[in-house]
Amino acid sequence: MNFAVNIGGIRMKNPVTTASGTFGYGREYAGFVDLNRLGAVVIKGVTLLPRPGNPTPRIAETPAGMLNSIGLENPGVEAVIEKHLPYLARFDVPVIVNIAGDTVDDYVKLASRLDKAPGVAGLEVNISCPNVKKGGLAFGSDPDTAAGVIREVRAATRLPLIAKLSPNVTDISAVAESVAGAGADAVSLINTLLGMVIDVNTGRPALASVMGGLSGPAVRPVAVRMVWQVYRAVNIPIIGMGGITCAEDALQFIMAGASAVAVGMASFVNPRATMEVLEGIEAYMRDNNVGDIKELIGIAHERS
Amino acid sequence: MFNKKYTIVKNEEVIPGHRLMCLNAPEIASRAAPGQFLHLRCGDGQDPILRRPLSIHFADRGRVYILYRIAGRGTSRLALMARGDIVDVMGPLGRGFTLPAPGERVAVVGGGIGAAPLFFLLKKIGKIYGKKKDMVRVFLGASTLAMVPGAAQIRKMGFPLDIAADDGSGDFKGTVVDMFRKEAKNLALDRVYACGPPPMIRALAGAVGPDPAVEVSVEERMGCGVGACLSCACKVRAGEGEGFGYARVCTDGPVFDLRKLVL
Ligand SMILES: Cc1cc2nc3c(=O)[nH]c(=O)nc-3n(C[C@H](O)[C@H](O)[C@H](O)COP(=O)(O)OP(=O)(O)OC[C@H]3O[C@@H](n4cnc5c(N)ncnc54)[C@H](O)[C@@H]3O)c2cc1C
Ligand SMILES: Cc1cc2nc3c(=O)[nH]c(=O)nc-3n(C[C@H](O)[C@H](O)[C@H](O)COP(=O)(O)O)c2cc1C
Ligand code: FES
Repeated sequence: MNFAVNIGGIRMKNPVTTASGTFGYGREYAGFVDLNRLGAVVIKGVTLLPRPGNPTPRIAETPAGMLNSIGLENPGVEAVIEKHLPYLARFDVPVIVNIAGDTVDDYVKLASRLDKAPGVAGLEVNISCPNVKKGGLAFGSDPDTAAGVIREVRAATRLPLIAKLSPNVTDISAVAESVAGAGADAVSLINTLLGMVIDVNTGRPALASVMGGLSGPAVRPVAVRMVWQVYRAVNIPIIGMGGITCAEDALQFIMAGASAVAVGMASFVNPRATMEVLEGIEAYMRDNNVGDIKELIGIAHERS
Repeated sequence: MFNKKYTIVKNEEVIPGHRLMCLNAPEIASRAAPGQFLHLRCGDGQDPILRRPLSIHFADRGRVYILYRIAGRGTSRLALMARGDIVDVMGPLGRGFTLPAPGERVAVVGGGIGAAPLFFLLKKIGKIYGKKKDMVRVFLGASTLAMVPGAAQIRKMGFPLDIAADDGSGDFKGTVVDMFRKEAKNLALDRVYACGPPPMIRALAGAVGPDPAVEVSVEERMGCGVGACLSCACKVRAGEGEGFGYARVCTDGPVFDLRKLVL
C-alpha cells in the first residue's frame, strides 16, 4: 500500500500531521508518539520576537470542543531555531514551521530567516493573525490582503509555502484561489472559529481575552464543508483539520479533497491520537482494497 | 509518564461533596512523587472532552489515590464511577515538592481541598523524619471542622495538626493563614509547603516572612497536561524588578517557589 503524499514539495511518508499549537515542538509528545512515524510535524506558531502570550484563563471547555486564546506565546524565531529545530532534526520527519506576524514585513523577515535555517521542510503561514496596520482585521479575512502576505513571503523564500486559512470568512474559496494565485504551494484549513463563552455564575466572559478560537469535534462539519469547497476552487494540495479524533474523521477530510490531515486538540485528550488516526487509515485501506491513499482524495466529489 | 486505562478499586465519599478514588495503577504508583498530578478523562464521550488535573493524594503498593471535590461537570461524572470501572489516566505529571532534609523545621499549610496533595508529602516527610515528627507542623483550614479532609490520618501518622475553621469549630477561628501567621512567629521555620485556592496563596505570601523556603502548588486550567498547548500559564518573575514571563503549570509546576510567582 502507498501512503506517501506530496504537499507542495514536502514529501510525507503518510498523510498524518499535527495542527500547529497542539503538539508543542514535538518533544512534548515524544514519550507517547514515535515522531518518525508522522507524515510531518507542524510546530507551534513562531513570531520574530518572543511573545509572552495572553493572561489566563486561556481556555474554556465547550460541548465537544474548546476555546483558546493562547496569544501566540512563543520564544521567538531565534530560540526556535536554536532550541527546538535541532531536537526535531534527530527524527526522520519533515518539520513545518508555522509563522505569524503583525505586519507583512514580519512574515517576510521570518520567511527569509527560516529559509536559511537547517531542518525546515516548509512554512505554514498563519494568516489568521490580526493585521496591526489595518486596524487588527485578520490578514486572512480578505482575499487581497491574504494574497499580499503570500506574495511577499513567496519572494523571500524557496521553501514550500502552505497558506493556513481562517474559517472566519464568508467565502473561503475566494481566499483559497487568491493565495494559490499569489504562489502558495498548498493550503491548510481550518484554523479556529471565533467564539465566546460566558460564565453565568460570575457574569463574566470565561476567557481573560473575552473571545477565543473554537476547535475540536464541534467544528468538524464546518471544516469538512470548507475543505470540500476549497478542493473545487484550487488545484494545490489541501491539509485538512478541525476536530479530527479518529481515522473515520480523517477519512471524511480526505474524501472531501484533503491530501493530508492534521490532528489538533484530540492529542490533548488522547496523546496517541495521531498514531491511532494513521493506523485506522491503514486498516481502512486494507479492508477496502485501496492500494494508494491518493485514490481516496476527493472521491466524495465523484459520488455527489 | 503513562497513559493507560486503570481499574477503580474504590470511589467513596469521605466528607460531604468530596470523594476518595483508589486506582490500581502500579506503573504510576511506583514512580509518583508528592505534588505530582494525574490527568483523567471523566468518561469516554466527547462532552466533557478535556481531561481533568487532580493531584496524587497518596500512592503505595501499586495503588494511587486521588481526593477530589465535586466541582462541576467532570468531577460529577467521576463521582458516578464505581469499583471495577475503568478510567483513562495520564500520569504521574509535573514537578512535585522538594523534600526537606532531616532537621529542617517544616510547616505544611493546606486550605480546603488544597490538603489533597499534602497527605502524600507528609507520608514522605514521615519516612525522612522518623521519630522527629514534632519538627513538622501541619495547618489545615476549612469552613468547618467536619470539612477538613484526612485529619484523623494525619494525626495517626504522628504529626502535630492544627485546624482553623471559619465557624470556630476547630483549634482556631478564622483562616488557616491567620492561624499560621500567629504560630509561625515562634517556629523559626526552614521550609513551608502550601496548597490551596489563590486567595489563600496570596495571603500566605504576606505571612511567611523572608526566611523559610516556600513551595506552593498552583492550579490553572489545562489542556494537554504535558507542556504542549500553553493553556496553563502562570505568571512568574523574570529578571530583576517588574519583569514577568509565563511558566507552564503542568510541566514547570504545579509546585513553584512562592517568591518566583507574580501573585
Ligand atoms: C495541578 C492541579 C491539581 C489539582 N488537584 C486537585 C485535587 O487534588 N483535588 C481537587 O478536588 N481538585 C484539584 N484540582 C482542581 C480540579 O482540577 C478542578 O476542580 C476540576 O478540573 C474541575 O472540573 P469539573 O469538570 O468538575 O468543573 P468545571 O467547572 O465544570 O470544569 C470546567 C473546566 O475548567 C477546568 N477547571 C475548573 N476548575 C479548575 C481548577 N480549580 N483548576 C484547574 N482547572 C479547573 C476544568 O478542568 C475544565 O476544563 C487540581 C487542579 C490542578 C491544576
Ligand atoms: C491550544 C491551541 C493553540 C493553537 N495555536 C495555533 C498556532 O499557534 N498557530 C496556528 O496556525 N493555529 C493554532 N491553533 C489552531 C490549530 O492548529 C487548528 O487549526 C485548530 O485547532 C483546529 O483543529 P482541531 O479542531 O483538531 O484542534 C491552535 C489551536 C489550539 C487548540
Ligand atoms: S496544559 Fe498544555 S501546556 Fe500545560
